[in-house]
Amino acid sequence: MSEISISANALTKYFGSRLVVDQVSFALPKGTVTGLIGLNGAGKTTTLRMLMGLLAPTRGHCEVLGVDSRCWTPEHRCRIGYTVEGHFLYGWMKVRESEFFQRKSFDRWNSILFQQTIARFGISPDQVCGRLSRGQRAGVSLALTLCAEPEVLILDDPSLGLDPISRRALNSTILDFVADGTRTVLLSTHMLDDVERVADRILLMVNSRILVDATLDAFCSRTCMWTVELDQNTIAPNSIPGLVHATQLGNRWQFAVVDSDQETESALSRLGGCNLQRHEGVFDEGVIAYLSRTRDNTSFLNAQTAGAR
Amino acid sequence: MKFRIVAGSSTSIYRQIADQVARFVATGDLAVGEPLPSIRGLAKELLINPNTVVKAYSDLVRDGIVETQAGRGFFVAKRRQVYSKSERLRRLDEAIQGLVNQAVSLDFSLDEVSQRTLDALQAAYQTISPKQ
Repeated sequence: MSEISISANALTKYFGSRLVVDQVSFALPKGTVTGLIGLNGAGKTTTLRMLMGLLAPTRGHCEVLGVDSRCWTPEHRCRIGYTVEGHFLYGWMKVRESEFFQRKSFDRWNSILFQQTIARFGISPDQVCGRLSRGQRAGVSLALTLCAEPEVLILDDPSLGLDPISRRALNSTILDFVADGTRTVLLSTHMLDDVERVADRILLMVNSRILVDATLDAFCSRTCMWTVELDQNTIAPNSIPGLVHATQLGNRWQFAVVDSDQETESALSRLGGCNLQRHEGVFDEGVIAYLSRTRDNTSFLNAQTAGAR
Repeated sequence: MKFRIVAGSSTSIYRQIADQVARFVATGDLAVGEPLPSIRGLAKELLINPNTVVKAYSDLVRDGIVETQAGRGFFVAKRRQVYSKSERLRRLDEAIQGLVNQAVSLDFSLDEVSQRTLDALQAAYQTISPKQ
């Protein structure tokens, strides 16, 4: 197995009596892009903040580049780039002043990269941060993070509110960043299309827990959709092996199933409907099936990958 | 030769690339022995993860459409059949069924459909035959 850049081990966080992150474990290999996907309030930002050492975990621990997040030195912190949700910048500074301000905190600083990155987002150094559009703010904060030449990039919802051109610029910046295979990206996002384009792996977080930890490829090949037409009155059974989520559209039912096999097919045909059809896994449909299921929290993919380790 | 991919489509991105290469080979836009775009180059052009291109190319190698030459990249392979006769027939029938469904639902007459299909087939076979 290749070198691990970011890892979490039974990471748990309570805010008061409220469980926000529940025994989250993962290990992200060096040189990969991982998309952290989940509904609002699933615990993504809290997980990232614990990884960055900004919040102490209630239980468990996490490491970035081999050092526990609670005991980073300033030198170690320089090796990790982090952009916060919403792209905070000091509004009264000009773009060039915010660069000057930020570079004081870092050992290394690549000014040329800063110029290139803001140019990609169509920003001039003389603009005032407070008057920038949301996409431009994202560009500046990404540029400020990248110029320190970090080895790991942790991005909290970087594409929030970006126009299509800025999203393209963001994707190409991420791909350039990992191009030489020595650097690692973890990004939380709601943009499934972007994840499908740039990510190697996905982490799917539902109700404070990681339900899927897999490569994009494994996720797509192991998830598939079955459709069948049933009587109006039939109640969707939960006894189908590997069932992730069932949705009903009129008399047509769609079942998202993981690791579909002969037992799945015979369970589905026992429902007695007609036109039973299998459709190959599609990334966004699979993700949405996982995000839609709330009743049953047992995980299929995660349990199996954990077993394989 | 221009690749075009759509994220969030019902066809995965690597499948779209593999299908497009197969089509370029079929139409003669990519001739036998010609190199495919480099993995990094194509990933950059399409703004996708390079591993997705790797997966598409390795599927094409498996299907015998493309061959790899160590250190030099990927090239269009000489046409050879990797499928059995019955598998070839099955794939052909599947494709024809798609055409039939479209033709019927778009309400074309039998004559129109067969004439256009024949024209397309003749055009395709003419571009291939001189090279064989």
